[in-house]
Amino acid sequence: MKYMFDFYLQTMKTAILSWFQYRVGQYFYMIGMVAEPVVYLVVWSTVASAQGGSVGGYTAGGFAAYYIVWTLVRNINIVFTPYGWEWRIQRGELSAMLLRPVHPIHYDLAFFAGTKFVVIVMWLPIAALLTLLFHPTFNTTPLGVIVFFFAIWGAYLIRSMLLWLLGMVTFWTTRVSAIYGLYFALELLLSGRLVPLSLMPPWVQGIASFLPFKWTFGFPIEALIGQLSVQQLFLGLGMQVSWIVASFLLVRVVWRFGIRHFSSVGN
Amino acid sequence: MSAFAYDITVAELSKTYFVPERDAGLWSSLKSLVRRKSRVVRAVDTISFNIAPGEVVGFLGPNGAGKTTTLKMLSGLLYPTSGALSVLDYTPSRREKDFLRQITLIMGNRNQLQWDLPALDSFELNRAIYHIPQAEFKRIRDEFIDLLDLGALVNKPVRNLSLGERMKMEIVGSLLHRPRVLFLDEPTIGLDVTMQRRIRNFIASYNQRYGATVLLTSHYMTDVEALCRRVIVIHHGHILFDGRLTDLTEQFASYKTINVTLEDSSIDLSSYGAVMEREAEMIKLRVPKTETARITSRLLSECSITDLTIEDPPIEDVIEQVFTQEQVIT
Repeated sequence: MKYMFDFYLQTMKTAILSWFQYRVGQYFYMIGMVAEPVVYLVVWSTVASAQGGSVGGYTAGGFAAYYIVWTLVRNINIVFTPYGWEWRIQRGELSAMLLRPVHPIHYDLAFFAGTKFVVIVMWLPIAALLTLLFHPTFNTTPLGVIVFFFAIWGAYLIRSMLLWLLGMVTFWTTRVSAIYGLYFALELLLSGRLVPLSLMPPWVQGIASFLPFKWTFGFPIEALIGQLSVQQLFLGLGMQVSWIVASFLLVRVVWRFGIRHFSSVGN
Repeated sequence: MSAFAYDITVAELSKTYFVPERDAGLWSSLKSLVRRKSRVVRAVDTISFNIAPGEVVGFLGPNGAGKTTTLKMLSGLLYPTSGALSVLDYTPSRREKDFLRQITLIMGNRNQLQWDLPALDSFELNRAIYHIPQAEFKRIRDEFIDLLDLGALVNKPVRNLSLGERMKMEIVGSLLHRPRVLFLDEPTIGLDVTMQRRIRNFIASYNQRYGATVLLTSHYMTDVEALCRRVIVIHHGHILFDGRLTDLTEQFASYKTINVTLEDSSIDLSSYGAVMEREAEMIKLRVPKTETARITSRLLSECSITDLTIEDPPIEDVIEQVFTQEQVIT
């Protein structure tokens, strides 16, 4: 345990140092990323105004709060992607990782968690600017803040593991981008990324509750802006725990078969 | 002798790949959607050898001979198709943590360091990965940095280092945990002669100091001659020779080189053997090995000679000769 803690700490430190090497580039990347929620925000604020001030329970200020928190959750949700898997296998980097006495997933979890410290620092001025421009309305509760703190890391773990599962498809097929495209489309619609889920038809909301996407995006946002009851907050955390356990077990099984296949065919 | 006397034991080891194949062109591409063709490639074919603790063995063969596949099986990156192998009494394909802590695989064309950071940061990460106690880590790191003369470079981002400098850093990073078994796949590839010598000396000194077992592949015979007393020659997945480097020359060299310095350089020596080189009074003659004694004696009695030396052919030529004959001699 002590050794793993040291490993996580050192990998996180390495991640922070790596990100600082390209701080200007990373900052522009973050600014570019803000364009997506700003478009959604402008569209939905306009719709809200046209419909007498609110849509699906969101006012213009509510949308502003949603999409400002969105920018943070989106950044926390950046994990090792299937594109990275393709790159890693083609360049032989996975082989190098397999020679280490630490499972590669620990490296990815630690590395991307490390980058979050830089991300949060870089995000603060962007959030301040968006707040000045769009005047968000928060109904945040202390419990919501506490749940949000755990929920963003829960979201990070679920998304890390889901994308690891997708990435492991590269053990059997060289290209995984097409499947990732499908995943991305589902996530966009069913996570609350494109639009708050409460604006979706009830049957879509029903489906979304049983899929992992909502718990990686909409749930942490709604927890912070004060859209959820106490019961919904705890239910959300429970769903996150369930998805973490399920995806962790799936990763273990797929890894076992995948790595055996990889080791049989080489790279 | 029991298997425990060896660090590496390989018995009847084979590795087969299924390689997809199709002809060039659109039609073949469409056909392959319906019916995929594949070819079986036996990269390693029932090879056997043992390596004792502390031995440095050269693993030689042309490209595609099965060297890297064997090294990957020995380091646990590939599952063998059949046969048995053991490294430090572990089965490599299980990749147990204790096994991985005691080996390293260095590939000359692969980068394992953090590209954007100074190598020191990668070393620190390796310390955490291999659980190296802080004091021991610093002592070994500084010792290796001194031995490879890297003091001025460890603070530069890896991406700004030359190929040779990067390779030296890779070697330091890969040996910080003081592995007992080193698999080195072309560690000096693409490096200039000075850098090659530096790395060779470092490997030799690591082997002597820590008693490590080394299995080395290299296309540079100077590496092999400087480091390995024993060589294993592999070709088309088969072992063609396993023995002392000197015995390889003895068994496979079909000719010797006689260097003759004449008093009168105008004398024609082509009747004694093939003239390979002529420089002022010095002539290099290539003669069949079995004829060497007779031709030397004729030269000494028939010509005015100021100097005469007999040399074995370069090891590269001998290896080529082994590949040409491709017969199993162990």
